[in-house]
Parts: sequence; structure tokens; C-alpha cells
Amino acid sequence: MTFEYAPAPESTAVVKLKPEYGLFINGKFVPAKDGKTFATINPANEQHLAKVAYASESDVNKAVAAANEAYKKIWSKMPAAERGKYLYRIARILQERAREFAVLESMDNGKPIRETRDVDIPLAAAHFFYHAGWADKLEHAGMGSNPKPHGVVGQIIPWNFPLLMLSWKIAPALATGNTVVLKPAETTPLTALLFAEVCQQAGLPAGVVNIVTGDGKTGSLIVNHKDIQKIAFTGSTAVGKGIARAIAGTKKAATLELGGKGANIVFEDAPIDETVEGIINGIFFNQGHVCCAGSRLLVQENIQEELLEKLKRRMALIRLGDPLDKNTDLGAINSAAQLAKIRELVGSGDAEGAERWSPACDLPAKGFWYPPTFFTGVTQANRIAREEIFGPVLSVISFRTPQEAIEKANNTPFGLSAGIWTDKGSRILWTAKHLKAGVIWANTFNKFDPASPFGGYKESGWGREGGRHGLAAYLKGVH
Amino acid sequence: MRIDVKKTYKLYIGGAFPRSESGRSYEVKSAKGVFIANPSQASRKDLRDAVVAARSAQAGWSSATAFNRAQILYRVAEIMEGRTSQFVDEIVALEGVTPAAAKKQVEAAIDLWVWYAGWCDKISTIFGATNPVSGSFYNFTTPEAMGVVGVFAPQKSSLLGVVQSLAPVLAAGNTAILIASEKFPLPAISLGEVLATSDVPGGVVNILTGITAELAPWMASHMDVDAIDASGLSAAQEKEARLEGVENLKRIFAFKGDQTPQRVLAFMENKTVWHPIGI
Repeated sequence: MTFEYAPAPESTAVVKLKPEYGLFINGKFVPAKDGKTFATINPANEQHLAKVAYASESDVNKAVAAANEAYKKIWSKMPAAERGKYLYRIARILQERAREFAVLESMDNGKPIRETRDVDIPLAAAHFFYHAGWADKLEHAGMGSNPKPHGVVGQIIPWNFPLLMLSWKIAPALATGNTVVLKPAETTPLTALLFAEVCQQAGLPAGVVNIVTGDGKTGSLIVNHKDIQKIAFTGSTAVGKGIARAIAGTKKAATLELGGKGANIVFEDAPIDETVEGIINGIFFNQGHVCCAGSRLLVQENIQEELLEKLKRRMALIRLGDPLDKNTDLGAINSAAQLAKIRELVGSGDAEGAERWSPACDLPAKGFWYPPTFFTGVTQANRIAREEIFGPVLSVISFRTPQEAIEKANNTPFGLSAGIWTDKGSRILWTAKHLKAGVIWANTFNKFDPASPFGGYKESGWGREGGRHGLAAYLKGVH
Repeated sequence: MRIDVKKTYKLYIGGAFPRSESGRSYEVKSAKGVFIANPSQASRKDLRDAVVAARSAQAGWSSATAFNRAQILYRVAEIMEGRTSQFVDEIVALEGVTPAAAKKQVEAAIDLWVWYAGWCDKISTIFGATNPVSGSFYNFTTPEAMGVVGVFAPQKSSLLGVVQSLAPVLAAGNTAILIASEKFPLPAISLGEVLATSDVPGGVVNILTGITAELAPWMASHMDVDAIDASGLSAAQEKEARLEGVENLKRIFAFKGDQTPQRVLAFMENKTVWHPIGI
């Protein structure tokens, strides 16, 4: 028997889209100097949402100058407790306008409203609230008795969690006394621009936060700007390495949150139904557009068959479709380019001899979609075991002993996340100790919190974001 | 009259003292220009051998208990103390300083081992965390060894500089490949002899002498080196190392003689673990 669900779309009435958005520089929305714009679309139906200003060199210069001025004249002179109050205000306004942000994020990004409503937006507000309280307690943070901010920080964020990544960047930067020039991703600029309105409502002094929209060229103008003292970047490992090269030999500091190929390790004694939910959450949360996704399922050989049967049954229940529908589990792929990348890597899995499985799944005619998928028969040398797919595609690899699980899990240039599923406490701690990964979820997956440091080993990047440890990224000379 | 028995200064790799596989050596002179010794001029192959030794020793050293590592680093200080006069002689000859100044340097170096030894079993307490996340989870963060670290010892301080760079890297649980000061390499090799008799497992520290500019690019581009202490590199060499190091996103830091737990933390990765709380 199959259940039919009536559509339950969230209303878009709460969002008032403007036809065109300017850059947010020195507290005001201004058009790009040369008048250039680009369009942002809804990836679920390919409909045009708005035109957005494209920032070129003179615009970035203006934004950096505004941030510099605000740092020297206002932000660095303000008592820390007052600085913190602005962050509290921002947190509160984000909570007040949460529904508007959730709907707009779903429209611009393609992710399900269930996630924007329950994860992205509440966590973004929580990040500001958490860091607000740090502003006047930095001397207690274990980073020296008088920790100093860098000054103007350049921040470049990805499209997978647009507002949440903005909050991960802006909240700690402001709390530690820096001012900011932030560039949102090209395909998801709208919630960052709505956030600019929040800054206005909060009465944040002009120039403390500047938001410039554009593409990779705009980003590289920020990276190479002489008046920016620190770069914070979240995105692909390839671009992260480009930034590391660009700043080599300069005095610029950098934190990088890059790619991953997380191993989700299932031992034979794992609670199997909870584990299946954890695997689903690990790879299909946010369409798999997650740097810390559990994209490699390492399963102990003797339970593989049973586990995969249950996984198939569960995957067949995943509801793919309209991101604004409250029952949707899997939304749209963020862009045509990302869909092409997923298809290319899946093609390599087919060509290299792995076996692909997806449940019967109707894909909408318009927009960018990919069905939930897993591969079995994957070898460690296959591209789908080594490269980040950044889509709803899982590679299943088996192991026999815990030592073999560790060896396979660590056999990757990345080191961002890992999962452990077992009933045995000592095995959890043994496994966690031997994994080379910055975030380890035991009997859970894809959990985030402003109090919890996030970031990776090896080629997953430099530094941590969140928690006490994340403050180091925005203070001079601490690790 | 008795003729001195002079020491052959060799490399220290995997707990043994080989000459360079290249067969090369270079001349080291005193501050007054008098010949002192012909230490080995390490090659790319020696460096690669040293990385293999450091990687092999990594799991054992980083999983030794912090208390055990602390005792071993303290033991280094004990053994050094007894060899003070040898280090004083080497420093006087190389740096041209007075015996009193050399003795001060040796004592400072010994005391620094004691200081960093004490950090081994405290760094997690002070710099780890239990994080109060929302929801029913236990969440904790601990700093862990980064892995294999390439250490370019400062060029001007023949012994103290070596210890300033090496001790925090070891206290963190890393294994190391130390490139000694090019002009003042001898105390580093003698330190290797101390380490070999101080319960430091073979391969935990590997010491190479030679031409810094020749070895730096090979260290920086080696994919199995996780991090670099660039204190002994010139600004231009450090920039070059940063460019080469991008390939595996090496963590690269340079210091100015600081004595701080930040030097230990620089070569640690923070690991955060979540677990649900429930019945």
C-alpha cells in the first residue's frame, strides 16, 4: 500500500523580492559602479528571482575602505560589551524574521523548507547569540590576556548553507572586533542581502559589515586586497589552495574550510535502524551538498547485506520534489553546473565498474534534480571513493576488522568528518582516537552547534570555526 | 702528548647515525675561520628516508601516554645536563661566544626541555573543551598530534634554537625531521646523540645537516609531511615553502624564540566528538 501526500507548500507571500539588489557598502545599498548585474534563479524551477549587482574592482575597493574606516574610527574603539549587544540584536532580528529567511533560502538555494526552517536559520541566529557573549570575555578565552583582532577580514562563503555560512563567518569576526567584507556565493546571494537589511535594522554602524556580490573574480579581488589582513574561506579544496598560493609570502592570515570525503563506519553491533537513519541523514541531508557528508559508507562485511536491504527500503521512502513543500526530504541540486559535476562523477563510477542503485523516483521536468543513489562494489582507487561528489550519492565499501576500517577511513587526502556506529563505548572511543578527522559523530551524524568547533585535518583546511577554538581564527597570533 | 679523538658528525635517521647516502659532506668553520668538522651534507634521499622514519614512528609516539612522553622529554633534559661541557665547547667554537654565554645557552636549552615536558599531560586539560551544545549530546574537543613535522631550526642559535623548535613539536606528540642551522649544525647532532640515549624511540626525531636552501623545497613539497616550523628559513625561502606546501595544505608557522604553549598548539589538530545522551 502506498500513501499519497497532498501538496503542503509553504507560502512565499512572506518574501518580498525586489527586482534588483545593490551591493551593501558602508551601510547602504548601492549599484555596482559600472552598473553590471547578474541573475539569480530558483534551481527547483529555473525561474528568475532577481538581478544582483556584480562587484568589480572599484566596488571591492570601496567596500574595503568602508570596512577599514569603520574598524579604525568606530568598531575598534567601542567597548566590547557594546559590540556584543549589536550581535545580540542581530540574533534576535534573525529569529523574528526566521520564516522569511527560511522561505527565501529555499527559493534561492533549492534546499527543503524543513531544513531551512529547522536547521539553517535557527542555527544562524544561534551563532550570533553565542558569539555575542564572547565579545566582552575574550581575555578569558585562553588566547592571551589582551587578544587583538586582525582589522579588516575578507570572507568568501559557499552556496550550500548560504545564511548559515554567513553567520559562521560574520558572528565570530565581529565578536572579536574585526570588520568584514563578505562575498556570498554567485548562485545564492539573496539571504546575505536580506541579512544586510538586518544589519540596518539592528543599527549596526555603517561599514562594519559590507556585502559584495559577484563571482570568483570578485572573490579574488578580496583575497588579493592589500588592506585586508585575514581571509576566511569556505568552499572547494581547489579554490582553497588557490587562496593559499595567493597569500603566500604576505602577512595575511587565513582559515580554510574545504572539502571532505567523510567515512561513516558501521560496525556489526550497530543499532541497525538508527544507523540507517544516520546514513540517510549523513548523505542526503541538504542533497549531499555538505562538505562533511558521510559520503563513504564503511560497513562491516557480515552485516552489509542486511544493512543495504534496509537502506534501500528507507531510500525508497525519500520524498524528492518542491523544496517549499513541508513534506519534502530531498530538494533541488543547487545549479546546472553542480548537476553536471554529479553526473560526471557518477559516470566515472559506472565506467570504473561500481554498481549503481537508486529507488524508483520521479524527477520534476523543470529544475535541477538528482535521485538518491548509492554505489556498491566500490574500490578505494575509484574516483567516487576519492573525490568529493557534493551530491546525493553514497559509495559503499566493506571492511572486516576495526583496523581495516581505520585504514580505509583515513585513506583520503581529506580529514573533515567521520561517523561511528556501534553499541560499544570503548570501540567508539578507540575508533574516534584513530580517525584523522576534525569532527566525529558517534551514533549520530551531521549535527552542528555554535559551541562546537568545526574544521578538518589535512586537505580539508586550516583552523576551526565555532566554539572557543573558533575564536583563534579571528585573533592575531594564536593557534 | 696525546692526540684528540675527534668526532665524525653524522646524520640521525630512524635511531641510527648514517652518513649522507650521497657521500657528501661540507666544511664547518669556527667563528675565527678555523676548520672544525665535516658534517654530512644531507640530500633529498636522506630527507625522504627521514620522513619515512618519522611516519613509521608517528603512531607509537602519538599514542604513548602523555605522562610517558613527559617523562621521556624530561629524561632528555637529564642526559643533556651531564653533557653540558660538550655543548659548551661546540657553541664556543661555532658561535664565537664566551664560555659563560655558551653555558647560559645550554642551561636555557635544558630548562626548556623541562618546561615543555610538563606541557605533555596538561595541554589537553587547558586547551581542550567540553562544549555545551543544544540537544541531548555529549560533545568534547581535544587537541591531537598533527603528524609529521618538518622543523627548520633557527640559523643563529646553535642549540637553544633547536630546542625551542623541537621540544614543543614533540610535546604535541608529533614526530620530526629537524634541519639544523647550516653554519652551526654541530650541537644539533650532539643533541641527536642525547636523544638516542634518552628513551626517545628511533624515528621520533630525525636530524639532518646540510644546505637549508637545498633541503627546504623537498621538505615543503613532500606529501607525507603535515606541517613545517619555518623559523630557520629566510623570508624568501618561507614564501617558496608556502607555495610548495599548498599541494597538501601544510600548516606552516614561524616563531621568534617564543616560549609559549601556542607553539605546542600550532602543531596540533582539534578533534571534536559528538555522542547522544540517552537511556
